[in-house]
Amino acid sequence: MFKKHYLAVALALATSAHAADTTEQQRLQQLEAQLKQLQQTYQAQLQAMQQQIETLKKQAAAQSKAAVAAAPVTPAPAGDTTRANGFNPAISAVLTGTYANLSKDPEDYRLAGFVLGDEEVGPGSRGFSLGESELTLSATVDNWFYGQLTAALTPENEVELEEAYIQTLALPAGLTGKFGRFKSGIGYLNSQHSHVWDFVDEPLVYRAFFAGQYADDGVQLTWLAPTDTYLLIGGEVFRGDSYPVAGAAHDGQGTYTLFAKLGGDVGLSSSWQLGLGHLHGDAKERETDDLIFTGENSVNVVDFVWKWAPNGNTTVRNLKLQAEYFWDNEKGTYDGLGKVDLHRKGWYAQAVYQFMPRWRVGARYDELTPDKVPTALQGTALDAEGKTPRRSSVMLDYSNSEFSRVRLQFNRDESSGKADDQVYLQYTMSLGAHGAHSY
Amino acid sequence: MKKFVLVVLAWLVVQAPAYAKLNVFACEPEWGALTRELAGDAAEVFVATSALQDPHHIQARPSLIAKIHRADMVVCTGADLEVGWLPVLLRRGANPKVLPGQPGYFEAAAHVPLLERPQRLDRSEGDVHPQGNPHIQTDPRNIYRVGQALAQRLMEIDPEHAAHYRVRWAAFSTRWQQAMQHWNALGAPLKGMPIVTHHKGWTYLVHWLQLNEVATLEPKPGIPPSSAHLQKLVALLKVKPARAIIRAPYQDPKPSEWLSAKTGTPAVVLPFTVGGTPQAKDLFTLFDDTLARLRKAAGVGTP
Repeated sequence: MFKKHYLAVALALATSAHAADTTEQQRLQQLEAQLKQLQQTYQAQLQAMQQQIETLKKQAAAQSKAAVAAAPVTPAPAGDTTRANGFNPAISAVLTGTYANLSKDPEDYRLAGFVLGDEEVGPGSRGFSLGESELTLSATVDNWFYGQLTAALTPENEVELEEAYIQTLALPAGLTGKFGRFKSGIGYLNSQHSHVWDFVDEPLVYRAFFAGQYADDGVQLTWLAPTDTYLLIGGEVFRGDSYPVAGAAHDGQGTYTLFAKLGGDVGLSSSWQLGLGHLHGDAKERETDDLIFTGENSVNVVDFVWKWAPNGNTTVRNLKLQAEYFWDNEKGTYDGLGKVDLHRKGWYAQAVYQFMPRWRVGARYDELTPDKVPTALQGTALDAEGKTPRRSSVMLDYSNSEFSRVRLQFNRDESSGKADDQVYLQYTMSLGAHGAHSY
Repeated sequence: MKKFVLVVLAWLVVQAPAYAKLNVFACEPEWGALTRELAGDAAEVFVATSALQDPHHIQARPSLIAKIHRADMVVCTGADLEVGWLPVLLRRGANPKVLPGQPGYFEAAAHVPLLERPQRLDRSEGDVHPQGNPHIQTDPRNIYRVGQALAQRLMEIDPEHAAHYRVRWAAFSTRWQQAMQHWNALGAPLKGMPIVTHHKGWTYLVHWLQLNEVATLEPKPGIPPSSAHLQKLVALLKVKPARAIIRAPYQDPKPSEWLSAKTGTPAVVLPFTVGGTPQAKDLFTLFDDTLARLRKAAGVGTP
C-alpha cells in the first residue's frame, strides 16, 4: 500500500516534469478538453434534473387526480399526539410454572464435594410449583443512559431484586459502563435470565461454583475492539456478597472479575463465541449450612457456543452447541476444622436442535470433579467420599409463538453419587414488551 | 524509533482517504441496495441479513455487534420489524452515532404511509406490529419515498459529498420513475388476481397491483401454518380458487407445496428482496423478476 502511494507520487512528479517540457499550445489544448468535459457533465446533470422536475410535475398531477379515487391509506405514525404515558418504560413479565416428579426427596439434595451456597440450590420442589415470576422494566433514561430493573416474585410471596442497573450509551472509544446490581459478564449462561435457558435447570457447574448465577452490586466496564472479529474485554468490581465470596470484605469491594469474548461467523450458516473469565474474591465468615469459611476464592471459566442454521435462517431448522468448563481454587480456613487448599473442576456440554418450526430437542451432560479434603473435614459436605457428581438430561419443547413455550425434560441426576430420576413439565410465557434476545 | 513513528504517521495520512468512506450498516438487502444506488463509491455498505433469512428472527451475533460498532449510519426498516435483535446490537455496539434519534439512525418505515395498522393491539392476533405492516419494500413507490429521504439523510451526515448524493439521487429517481411506468404497464393485467400468501409480507405489493389476497397460510401473523388451518384453506380454495400461493425464499416451502399439491394452485416463490432469486440482483431486477413471476402464474404472456 505504502509503496503504491510512493509510486503514485513519483508518477505525478514525473508527469509534471514532462508537462513543463511541452509547449504552451499543448497545455492550452489540455485545458480546453478539461473544460469541455466539465461542461458536458454539467449539462448531463442539468438534463437529469430537468427530467426529474418534469416527471415530478406529471406525477403530482396524476397523484392529485388519483388521490380522490385511491384507497384510504393509514397515515404514518409520525402524527401521534402527546400522551401522559408516552414515556413509560417497556414492561414485560415472564410467567413460569413447573410440575416435577423427583424420585429422591429434594430436601436431601447435595452435591458431593461442594457446599450448597444457597438454600434454594437444588432440583426444586416436588409436584406443582410456580417458578419465579419475573417483572422487567427498561428504558433509555436520557441520551447518556439506559436503565433496567428486574424483580423476581418468588412463589413464597417475596420480592427479590435480581437486577437493577444503568448502562452508559454515549461513552467514546467503544467503552460501556454499567452500575448497580447485575449478573456478571463471566461465563456464557451467567448473564442470561432463567427463562431463556434451554433446560429447566441450570448446569451443575453453576450450582457448584456460583450457587446459581453470580449477581452482585458493583461496576462493570467493557471495551469493544474496533475490529471485524468481535472482541470484547471487560472487568468488574463487586461488593462481594454472593457465593462463593461473602462478608463484603475490603469495605464493600471484595470481588473483581476479568473477562474476554471473541466471536465471529463461519460462512453464512454458522456463528460462534468463545469466552474466558476469571473471578477472584475474599470470603469473610461465609456461612453455608454449618460450615464457616474465611479465605480466598478464584473461579475460572472457558465457555464456547456454536450456532448453525441453513443459510442463517433459523425459522425452520437450527442447531446450538454449547459447553463451559470451570475450575476453582478455594484457599483458607473452615472454622474449627482447619485449613484447605481445594482445586475443583467441572464442565457441561449441550446440544439443542430445532428439527421443524416450533419443535426442539436437546441433550446435556454435566460432570464435577471434587478435590480430596483434609482429615478434619471428612464427613462434611466438602467430602465427596470418592463420588463424582454427574447428570444426563434430555428435553423436548414446543413454542406456539415467540412468546410461549412448553417443555418436557428428563434428568438422571447423580449429584450426590446416587441416581435421582427427575421429570419436569414446564411452561414459560412472556407478556408485554417484545424482548430482544442476546446471542 | 523516531523514523518508525514518522513512517507510521505518513502511512496513516496516506490511508486517511480510505477511511473517509461512509460506513453503512443496512439491516435488510433492499436498503443495502438502495444505499449503494444513492451513495455509489462514497459508502462502504454492509448488509446484516440475506434474502434467505427471516428479518423478524435474526440472531444478535457477535459479528453483527462488531459491524454496528464501526458504522457511521444504520439503515433499517423500523416499525418493529427488527425489534427482536436490533435493540441488542445497538445497546452492545457501543456506538453513540447510530442510536435512535441520531442522524446516523435511519428508519425506512418512517417515510412511508404504513398499511394494516392494527385496530386491536393484542398478541392473540399474532405477532402484530403496532405501527403497521413493516414489509414496505414490495411496492416500488415506497422505494422511491425512502430513497428521497435517504438521499437527504446522506447529504446531512456526509455534507462533504452532498453534491455527489444529489446527482446520484437525480439519476436514480429518473431511472426509477421510468421503470415504474414500465412495471405499472406490466402489472395492469394482474389487477384483481386472486392469490394466497404465506405471511402478511406482501400487503404493499397487493395494494400496489390491486391483487386480491384471498388467504394467508399463517393462521395469524408469525404463527407457523398448522395442518388444521391448511385443511380449511383446501376447502376455501375450492370455493374461491386462487392463481398462486406466494412465499418468500426464507419461508418453509412445505406448507405451500402441500396446499399446491392438494388444490393444483401453483406455489410461487417471489424474490421479496434483493438476492431472493438469482434474477433479482438489484432493486430494478427485483421488480422485473417479481412481475415476470406473477405474470407467468397469472398466465399473461411476456410482452
